[in-house]
Amino acid sequence: MTHPGAGPHANPMNSWTLFGIALPRLRAALILTGIALAIVLPLVVSSFSVFQMTQVLVYAIAVLGLNLLTGYNGQFSLGHSAFYALGAYTTAIMIDQYEIAYFWTILPAGLVCFAGGFLFGLPALRLEGLYLALATFALAVAMPQLLRFEHFETLTGGVQGLDVFKPDSPVPFLDADRYLYYFVLVWGGLLLVGAWNLVHGRTGRALIAIRDNPIAARTMGINTAVYKSLTFGVSGFYTGIAGALGAIVAEFVAPDSFTFFLSVWFLVGMVVGGLASIPAAIAGGIFILYMPNISEEVIAVFFGNDPNAKALIWVVFGLFLIFTVYVVPNGLAGLIRHFVVKFARPSGSRPGRR
Amino acid sequence: MDLFLQQTFDGLATGAIYASLALAVVMIYQAIDHFNFAQGEMAMFSTFIAWQLIVWGTPYWLAFVICLVVSFIGGMLIERIVFAPIHAAPVLSHIVVFIALTLIFNAMAGFIWEFTIKEFPSPFPERLPFDTTLIGPHELGVVGVTLVMLFLIYAFFRFTPVGLAMRAAAANPVSAALVGISVRKMLALGWGLAATVGAVAGMMIAPKVYLEPNMMLGILLYGFAGAVVGGLTSPGGAVVGGFLMGVLENLAGTYVIGSELKLTFALVVIVAVLLFRPAGLFGRVVVQRV
Repeated sequence: MTHPGAGPHANPMNSWTLFGIALPRLRAALILTGIALAIVLPLVVSSFSVFQMTQVLVYAIAVLGLNLLTGYNGQFSLGHSAFYALGAYTTAIMIDQYEIAYFWTILPAGLVCFAGGFLFGLPALRLEGLYLALATFALAVAMPQLLRFEHFETLTGGVQGLDVFKPDSPVPFLDADRYLYYFVLVWGGLLLVGAWNLVHGRTGRALIAIRDNPIAARTMGINTAVYKSLTFGVSGFYTGIAGALGAIVAEFVAPDSFTFFLSVWFLVGMVVGGLASIPAAIAGGIFILYMPNISEEVIAVFFGNDPNAKALIWVVFGLFLIFTVYVVPNGLAGLIRHFVVKFARPSGSRPGRR
Repeated sequence: MDLFLQQTFDGLATGAIYASLALAVVMIYQAIDHFNFAQGEMAMFSTFIAWQLIVWGTPYWLAFVICLVVSFIGGMLIERIVFAPIHAAPVLSHIVVFIALTLIFNAMAGFIWEFTIKEFPSPFPERLPFDTTLIGPHELGVVGVTLVMLFLIYAFFRFTPVGLAMRAAAANPVSAALVGISVRKMLALGWGLAATVGAVAGMMIAPKVYLEPNMMLGILLYGFAGAVVGGLTSPGGAVVGGFLMGVLENLAGTYVIGSELKLTFALVVIVAVLLFRPAGLFGRVVVQRV
């Protein structure tokens, strides 16, 4: 599998450097446009749209975490709702029970999930492919029950969950929603750049080698055990931070928000966005936030306000998943990549790596 | 001691349910080397079909048979339509499609039959011919049905030519094809059988937990746990594992962890077995050629 951007580009004149990363010009222009949009758009749209965009970023971070694990390292997880929950609860408990300021809680939540992911990743080393999917499936199914467990109730609030108060904006010209958006955006940006650097360096090549051929990777001297459990940790870190930010955005955590189906959302986001692609996470986040709304409206056209028809949203999700697997196995990112390769490059200058 | 006996028998009764689902999981695993994460929702959907027939006035056993036939055909169609095109695709594609099927069946059931809980009748008499407080008539019936099912499957695989062909197709598809077995047909047959076994499991479970689209998630987890404990390559082991999970669940719930952490218990069992004895109690150790 070739990796666009993975190798050095042939002609430095054709590339720009962003955050120390050399990129082809078209891509750099797209990224700059994206950043500009991400900064300017919230200032002109409604508060509710800003709230939705914040959600998109939160989901994107979680999808990115899952993609690091699955897309780049080839380990499956149906249990990322559990890490998301762990991050969300860490933040909620720190804010609600210990009255720590919200901005101090994000990193600890990530670190707790790093430890959680690393520890779960250790036994997962012996579990390959399907078995790992099964173990993480069990984790996701069991998690709400653990959060509800009465002996943890003083900490977790039991069935009721915990309230998280939305922070006030310290910036005079931004309201609380917009401030929160930028707060999440900064985290998202940092994590995105971090992930980019992680997968485009020596570590990333090791991860991809393990995914593509674990035995050959080991022969090359890659310590697969360390890399695999660390990847689980890093993936947990990302998802945990998403959970922490998500808790602040939702202003509330409760066991039933973190069911197995949340894991399915992340999986949908990753698959539809595209495996082994960093920007795909954003596409995935957009998809899992807006797709239900759009399908709900389409369903309302056909079935009116029948409450049971809302379930059809999940059917749409399911069909999208199957469609993606059949037709565009590399997701949206793969599709775009395909068209860029096909049309955007003049035939004479096409690089030889394809 | 009374409590212990009571809990053990209760455990055997729920264990029978897990065993039948574990059996379905193992059937699929044998045929295609994958866990069917949609197994629970498929069973639930089949049960809804039976429920609808009964509501329309069909006698129970007729509805039972029709449901099995529909499930068998449905299982084969799923294999032919959904999985045949991605036969050679990587594991992730399969997992994603399983999840997609889970979503579709769950939501379709909710859409067609609503999310309210429904009573599902038990086919067994209301009281037992002998006097016991240890086990109820439905529970005893479920144990019986599971054992009969296991026996039928064993006999099918052991004594019929088709069963032999299925085993050959699963063990070595290339050689099986060379001796004239249609591996495609065998795969479809495996799916059909697994869907049928799942349908029986669903109809046995529904009288105990009420019928609704989300009834299967926790039970499926225990079904997986049973299959893993017994060994994924052994139908008999899966049944033993299912019974064992039922008993362990009840005993652990009574004496150790309370009733609130039952799913967590299954998680711990699954991880522990996969770590320390991945082949399960009765499974073959699978050696990978490099």
